[in-house]
Amino acid sequence: MKGPRLLVELVGRLTTRMGAVFPGERAVFRGLDLHASLKGLDWLELYLFGITGRRFTPQQMKVLQAIWSYTSYPDARIWNNRVAALAGTARSTGSLGIAAALAVSEAQIYGRGIDLRTSEFLRRAKTQVDAAANLTGVVRAELKQQRGIAGYGRPIVAGDERIAPMMALAREQGLDGGPHLQLAFEVEKILLAGRWRLHMNYAALAAALCADFGLTPLEYYFFGIPAFLAGMPPCYLEAAEKPAGLLFPLPCRILSYEGVARRRWRGAPMKPDASG
Amino acid sequence: MSTESIHTRIWQEEPEPDNAFAAASCHCHGYDVYGDLLVHASWIEYLFLLFRGEAPSAQQTRLLEGLAMALANPGPRDAAVHAAMCGGVGGSTSASCLMASLAVGAGASGGAREVMIAMQDWIERGTDLALWQTGLAVKPMADPADVWPPPGHPPGFDPYGVRCTTPVRQTLAYLAAPDCAPSLAWLQANRPALECAAGLPLAMTGVAAAALRDLGFAPAQGEMLFLLLRLPGAAVHALEQKDYGHKNFPFFKVELENDPGPAQDVANLAEAGA
Repeated sequence: MKGPRLLVELVGRLTTRMGAVFPGERAVFRGLDLHASLKGLDWLELYLFGITGRRFTPQQMKVLQAIWSYTSYPDARIWNNRVAALAGTARSTGSLGIAAALAVSEAQIYGRGIDLRTSEFLRRAKTQVDAAANLTGVVRAELKQQRGIAGYGRPIVAGDERIAPMMALAREQGLDGGPHLQLAFEVEKILLAGRWRLHMNYAALAAALCADFGLTPLEYYFFGIPAFLAGMPPCYLEAAEKPAGLLFPLPCRILSYEGVARRRWRGAPMKPDASG
Repeated sequence: MSTESIHTRIWQEEPEPDNAFAAASCHCHGYDVYGDLLVHASWIEYLFLLFRGEAPSAQQTRLLEGLAMALANPGPRDAAVHAAMCGGVGGSTSASCLMASLAVGAGASGGAREVMIAMQDWIERGTDLALWQTGLAVKPMADPADVWPPPGHPPGFDPYGVRCTTPVRQTLAYLAAPDCAPSLAWLQANRPALECAAGLPLAMTGVAAAALRDLGFAPAQGEMLFLLLRLPGAAVHALEQKDYGHKNFPFFKVELENDPGPAQDVANLAEAGA
């Protein structure tokens, strides 16, 4: 069945295996009663269960929790956080500011866009290496095709302060020996030895750990959506506590105009004082 | 004081003599916004200028105005407008209604992403029917590393259509008339052949992509404009549903395929104090 006949079949009803609420009675979450079978889950466990339908070990949960915590920076200069903070200084609402900041976090050079590409690359590279491909060749091919490797190198600075504490935690939890993690460090060795001089960044480390926990790239992408969230409310709140409009005030002279010279719109009379 | 700058080719300001943070004059692509444009330019001309950096011709103005009219309100059945109404009906903030509409209307199926991809197709294929026929025969590829899900159908065509709808044909006929619309004119002349190759009828996204291409916009500019131009309908329908209230808005039936049944864990519920 296709076309409008297929649409007719679906009018007015939701067919789902994901869940539903029966108001005043109960709620079902992926086939389980939310307030009975799932009542003991903490929020992150429930969030991951919603994405994957699977449960994770306590050790994995500690690492997954830390993947978010270690990258939650309440620094209002960072572009996505700045959106939340500007919402605060402009006296918009907290929800609007933070929803917009989370949406902005789906960027090409950081955040969710990188997450997905990194996870996909590491999984693909591992599949190729498992099939006897040479990792250096895989890295070279990726660099040639993509002009970079997601998860390696970092905008603004080269080093990544999140890697050492995250590796310490992974070791503490006995989760530092997974195949994707090993491969991620192997890729870094190749990139550092060559002319590229690219260090692994947090995106590759987090993606590798999550791949070792069985998260597919898409599952990892959804897991990462709230990753920066904890740093955003402080940015909003501090800006909102101060008088309106005092965050990042911009004088006219900050605009460096590089466009065409001044001109008159058709039909507009020439002004004696017109410049340019 | 920071010496950092915001580089722009669009906007130039001069401060008021007594306030460095208030503009005394604003020039957009060289034109005095409040001195000249406000008096002599139309909203559509200004919109074109903002994106293209040049004043539109009379034909381009007519084309963009027609496109803006055609896109302004896809109606309450459209997913993006539906999303805005979900905000309105619950009394959500106005901005959240528009954000909801933008988020849904951004998509690769019926949204701005589809228009952007269709515009890329225009760049690659131009008015070469053979290239279009070859391209349309290929199923869109899924990129597992892209945050955008694959569209699932050829961009610019209606995945559930039977024949090209009357509004799409009316819009295409009107927009294809100006001399500045070679892509639209070609699309109108070759619509049957393209629909045959796609196995689907032309959709409004396909007309929009051709129009935006004829107006000289880059695909990313077309994506942005498509998002912008559909906001009026989202806004008014969100406001209208806020007035009607949630009791007059569909909630739909649910068919849960894996329902564990009521109170399957009485002990746990008792523990929880139920």
